[in-house]
Amino acid sequence: MSEPPGAAVSLAEAPPADEPPKPLTAQRVLPLRRPWRWIATAVVLVLAVQFVHGLATNPFYQWDRFGYWFLRPTILDGLLITLEVAAYSAVLGLLGGILLALARLSKSPVLRAVSWTYVWALRSIPLIVVLLFLYNFSALYRTLSVGVPFGPAFFSFDESKLATDMVVAVIGLSLNEAAYAAEVVRGGILSVDQGQHEAASALGLPKSYQFRRIVFPQALRSITPNYVNQLIGLIKSTSLVFYVSLLDLFGSAQTMGSTYPGDIVPLLLVVTVWYLILTSVVSVIQFYVERYYARGATRSLPPTPIQRLRTGLTDLRARIRREAAV
Amino acid sequence: MSTKTLEPSTDITPAAVEVHDVHKWYGANRVLDGVDLTVRPGEVTVILGPSGSGKSTLLRVINHLEKPEIGYVSVNGERIGVKRQGERLKELSERAILAQRSRIGFVFQNFNLFPHLTVLDNVAAAPVATGRLAKPEALELARELLGRVGLGEKTGAYPRQLSGGQQQRVAIARALALRPGVILFDEPTSALDPELVGEVLAVIKDLATSGTTLVIVTHEIGFAREVADRVVFIDGGKIVEQGPPHEVLGKPQHERTRDFLSKVL
Repeated sequence: MSEPPGAAVSLAEAPPADEPPKPLTAQRVLPLRRPWRWIATAVVLVLAVQFVHGLATNPFYQWDRFGYWFLRPTILDGLLITLEVAAYSAVLGLLGGILLALARLSKSPVLRAVSWTYVWALRSIPLIVVLLFLYNFSALYRTLSVGVPFGPAFFSFDESKLATDMVVAVIGLSLNEAAYAAEVVRGGILSVDQGQHEAASALGLPKSYQFRRIVFPQALRSITPNYVNQLIGLIKSTSLVFYVSLLDLFGSAQTMGSTYPGDIVPLLLVVTVWYLILTSVVSVIQFYVERYYARGATRSLPPTPIQRLRTGLTDLRARIRREAAV
Repeated sequence: MSTKTLEPSTDITPAAVEVHDVHKWYGANRVLDGVDLTVRPGEVTVILGPSGSGKSTLLRVINHLEKPEIGYVSVNGERIGVKRQGERLKELSERAILAQRSRIGFVFQNFNLFPHLTVLDNVAAAPVATGRLAKPEALELARELLGRVGLGEKTGAYPRQLSGGQQQRVAIARALALRPGVILFDEPTSALDPELVGEVLAVIKDLATSGTTLVIVTHEIGFAREVADRVVFIDGGKIVEQGPPHEVLGKPQHERTRDFLSKVL
C-alpha cells in the first residue's frame, strides 16, 4: 500500500466530487420564530389591563375622595414641608458626605478612622432612632456652647429654642444621608484615573483646583446615579419626620386619616401619587445632569428621551415592514 | 569614558537639570542606585534602557512625582522638592512643590488629558489656575500653541474625539502653555499606533531645534540618533554610559549597551 491509512479514511468522508453543494443565492435569513415570547407578552398584557381596570373601577379606592384630597391645602402644606426637609438634607448630606469622603481618603489615620467610624455608626442606627434621639437632645444637653474645648465658652445657646422640629428633622436626615453619601462620593473619587491626579500635579495646579476642577467633575459622572438613588430614598425617608411632630406629606395624610377614617385609602393614594411625581421629577433631572457630566466621556452624548422615542419609532416601523415582507 | 568630555567644567550658567546622587527604592527593590546626570540648557537628552531599568522613575524624580530617598535634583539652579537647612535637606510644602512643577513640563505616555474639558481648556487651564495669565490671554496662548502643534482646527473637540497622535500633541501644547524651562517626555510615542508616531516625533523635533531643553525617555532609536545631543543608557538603576548618539549608539563601550541595542535595532 502506497497511501497511509489516514488518507483513505478522509477520502471516504469527503462528499462525492460529481455532486457539488448547491450554491446559496443571496437572500435574507429568515428570523427565528419565538412563539413563547408572544404568549408571555399576551399574558402580561392581560394582567396589566386587569390591574388597571381594577384600580379604576373598584369602589374601594374611592377616586372621587382622591380628587377631593389631592390638592387640599393641608396636603399641599405637608408636601411643602417634605420638599423643604428633603432639599436641605440633600444639600447638607452631600456636603457632609464630601467632607467624610475626603477624610476617609486622607493620609491621616485619625481622619480616616473618624470617617470610617461615623459611616459605620450612622449606617447601623435606624434613622427613626437617630431622629428620636435628636428630638430628646435638649433634655440630654440643655445648652450648646461655642468656646475652647474643655475650657471657657464664648457663646451659649438654649438648646430647646434653637432646635425647632424642622431643625431636628433636617439634622437627623442630614446626619444619616451624609454617611451614605460619603461612600457614594468616595467611590466616585476612586473611579477617577490615577493619571488624572498625576497630570494635574505635574502641571502644578493648586490642590483645591485639582479637586474642584479636575477630579470632582469627573467623579460626578459616577456619583450622580448613585447619589440620586440615595436622594430618592431620602425623599421617602422624610415620611419619618412625622415622629418628631413635623407634618410632612405623609404626616398630614395620616392626621387627616384619623379625622376621616373612611378616607384612609384615598389619602394613601394621594400620598402615593405625590411621591411618584417627586421621584419622577428627580429622575428627569438626573438624566440631564448625567448627560451634562458625560461631556467628553463618550464620543457623542446619549440621546434625550424624545430623540430616543423618535429613533425607536423609526426602527419599529422598519421592522414591521420587514416582517410583512417575509 | 565619553562622559568626561561632556562635563560642564568651565560653564558658569546653572545646568538645566542636575541629578545629584539620586537613590530611590520601593521596599527592597532598588530602582535608582546613585544616578548623577547633568543636562545643559538647550540640550536634548534621550534616556534609553531596558524595561524596569529605572528610566521612567528617573524622569519622575526630576519633577518630584517620585521622591528620592537619597540625593536631590536641581532644575535651572533650583532644588526640587527640598530646601537646604543647615546640613540637611528639608521637604518643601506641597504648594511650593506645585509651583516648581509648573516650571517643568511633563508629557505622559498615556497623554492624561482632562477628558471633561475641551482641547482648548486643557491647554488654557494651567496658566489660569496657577495665576500666570488672565483667562482671555490664556485662551489666546492656547490657540496659538494648538496651531503650532497643527491642531488649530480642533480647539472645541474633547480629547476622546481625537486620535492618539492628536491627543499627545495636545498634551505637548498643554505642557508648553506654562512656558517651562525643561520638558520631560515619558515614552511619548509608546501608546500610539505606528502610523501616528511620526506626527508626535515631528512636534518634539521642532521643539528640539527651537532650543528648548528636553529630556526624553523613548524606544525610538532612530529618533534618538537624529535629534539627541546626548544619549544616556541606563540599566539596573545606574547610568551605564552616556555621550553623543554616534558614540553611544554607533560604538557602544559597554557590553550591556551593545546587548540592549542589538535587541531593539
